[in-house]
Amino acid sequence: MARMKFLCDAERCIECNGCVTACKQENEVPWGVNRRRVVTINDGVPGEKSISVACMHCSDAPCMAVCPTDVFYRTEQGVVLHDKDLCIGCGYCFYACPFGAPQFPQEGVFGMRGKMDKCTFCAGGPEKDFSKDEFAKYGSNRLAQGKLPACAEMCSTKALLAGDGDTVADIFRTRVVKRGKGSEVWGWGTAYGKPDNPNAQPPKGAKS
Amino acid sequence: MTTTGKVLLAGIVVLAASLVSGCGERSQVVVYKSGKYQGKTDTRPWDSEPGAALYTTSKWTAVDKTSWETAIRTRSRGQNEYNRTE
Repeated sequence: MARMKFLCDAERCIECNGCVTACKQENEVPWGVNRRRVVTINDGVPGEKSISVACMHCSDAPCMAVCPTDVFYRTEQGVVLHDKDLCIGCGYCFYACPFGAPQFPQEGVFGMRGKMDKCTFCAGGPEKDFSKDEFAKYGSNRLAQGKLPACAEMCSTKALLAGDGDTVADIFRTRVVKRGKGSEVWGWGTAYGKPDNPNAQPPKGAKS
Repeated sequence: MTTTGKVLLAGIVVLAASLVSGCGERSQVVVYKSGKYQGKTDTRPWDSEPGAALYTTSKWTAVDKTSWETAIRTRSRGQNEYNRTE
């Protein structure tokens, strides 16, 4: 099985914020913390495009590289998670992340930062599955229930896809072929790496 | 043993216990090892029983990674509406 991946199809996203609401509701995320949000480019101009953004669970995650207390780990499914008990709230991960995924609750005085919170791909965290602690710290553990992240499952236009990378890529490929446009995948190159030679062609007679 | 002796003995026992209890304290400071995950270990999603949570429709066998992957892949494919319309 490939790794778990998110893919947002900008041709389909209608900026309904259903994914944001689903995430908030599923994980009971507090005010001021947005694990997922919808960004619109050229808002109000004909041809505007929207994309749903959250942690992309990068293959070579910058947050993991910069964390001074090494709270991050990657699961066997490629989901980047962290142990909140060890987070010191320094904010390095926020500056390192190209997607603005790490969030910090600001509940104290003088804008004091709390422990980092981010999308978990609805995979919980390093606590006992379905325990009160896991839900309070990390939110719902849908993967352990055999489900996909709530944001993707809630998406009405299926712009946001989640799950096994191969399956997600297959679905998107079918879609692009059917509509004949919109093959640009926002964020994938940054999160999962770019091909060494993007202009490479398969040898003649080879299967694609 | 006289009453005074018993009280004295009890006092010594309590004092000794309180002194020794300090030896059982664990360090509350994390010793960091650079570049290595320092936190608690996590359980794997296929370790749970499918019925461990409410409203679970996916079926797999607990601790069987392959069956869990099949369940997730089936669920992922459900996102392709072309499968439903054609």
